[in-house]
Amino acid sequence: MSDANQDSQQAAPKKKNKHDFSENNLPLNINLSWCKACNICIALCPQQIFEPDRDGRPIQTRPADCTQCTICWVHCPDFCITSTVK
Amino acid sequence: MATTEKQKSDVMLKYLRPQKSFPSVWCPGCGNGIVMGAFIRAVDKLGYTNDEVAMVSGIGCTSRMPVYLDFNSLHTAHGRALAFATGVKFAEPKMKVVVITGDGDALAIGGNHFIHACRRNIDITCILINNHTYGMTGGQGSPTTPADALSTTTPYGNVEKHFDPCDLAKSAGATYVARGTVYHYPQLEKIITAALEHKGFSLVEVIANCHTYYGRLNRKGDAPAMLEQFKENSITTGKAKNMEASELEGKFVIGKIHEDAVKSEFCDEYQKLVEVQKGK
Repeated sequence: MSDANQDSQQAAPKKKNKHDFSENNLPLNINLSWCKACNICIALCPQQIFEPDRDGRPIQTRPADCTQCTICWVHCPDFCITSTVK
Repeated sequence: MATTEKQKSDVMLKYLRPQKSFPSVWCPGCGNGIVMGAFIRAVDKLGYTNDEVAMVSGIGCTSRMPVYLDFNSLHTAHGRALAFATGVKFAEPKMKVVVITGDGDALAIGGNHFIHACRRNIDITCILINNHTYGMTGGQGSPTTPADALSTTTPYGNVEKHFDPCDLAKSAGATYVARGTVYHYPQLEKIITAALEHKGFSLVEVIANCHTYYGRLNRKGDAPAMLEQFKENSITTGKAKNMEASELEGKFVIGKIHEDAVKSEFCDEYQKLVEVQKGK
């Protein structure tokens, strides 16, 4: 019983998601040549991982927060966004 | 369902015409692109090949969709998409015939074809994208423009009442009727899949945003703002059952509205008639 308690105390803090995204390992591929800067992905992202650049197109500024919830790429009217997770 | 599967770029690229230049002709943030994505993913999930599907469209923003999709395509006269599709289905009963049409195309110019396709119960899937205006020609009032809404032909507010395409199709005899919005994507993909699988006339009405004309004239904001309004103004069919008609004023009832699995299909009935006449 005491061993089980120790194990649970030593367990790593719960991660936000199962992926390790970072600046070098981005969660999404964005095809900027098809993007029309409609801002739908920026407005609908629940984790707010995007910020608009000078032209209003999305940049992934907080990639570690991405949970791969699919909202941005199913709502993209120009099929620009795809996941990098295979 | 889309929310659990990881959708890759090749799903889209498999069904887009390679010789077409992208991005598409639609305005930034247009809901037509979201419906096109839902349709492609539904077709991919059901495993149809490019030759098994025929897409028929009329004239309008929405009707540009078969231009980009690599299926058997027919781009026809204004409002006559359902009439041409009836011919295609009758000649090739094994083909999945899908009609992509807008609210003006289906309900104003092609209103007569619409009710008669419903009446025959021919096995066609009709995806009616309702953006409450004529987008391509400059924002004129359409049969689905709500009362008091502004458009370029009703600059002081619309005095007419609007059509409810789902009620119209249900009473005219369609056997699968559902409504979705571009905000509620997983549900939209689900009802398009169910409509493609259904045997008989199936209507999917999709509430889409035209922020360029309808949204700008009626102060509804840009594309993300209009999507948020669809979220706030939508009620599921289960909740709407227990609500008064006055409470549902200006709201969109989304979900499956009507399904009839008993009514016989037009091509089957015709085939039966042929068999009977041969036996004589």
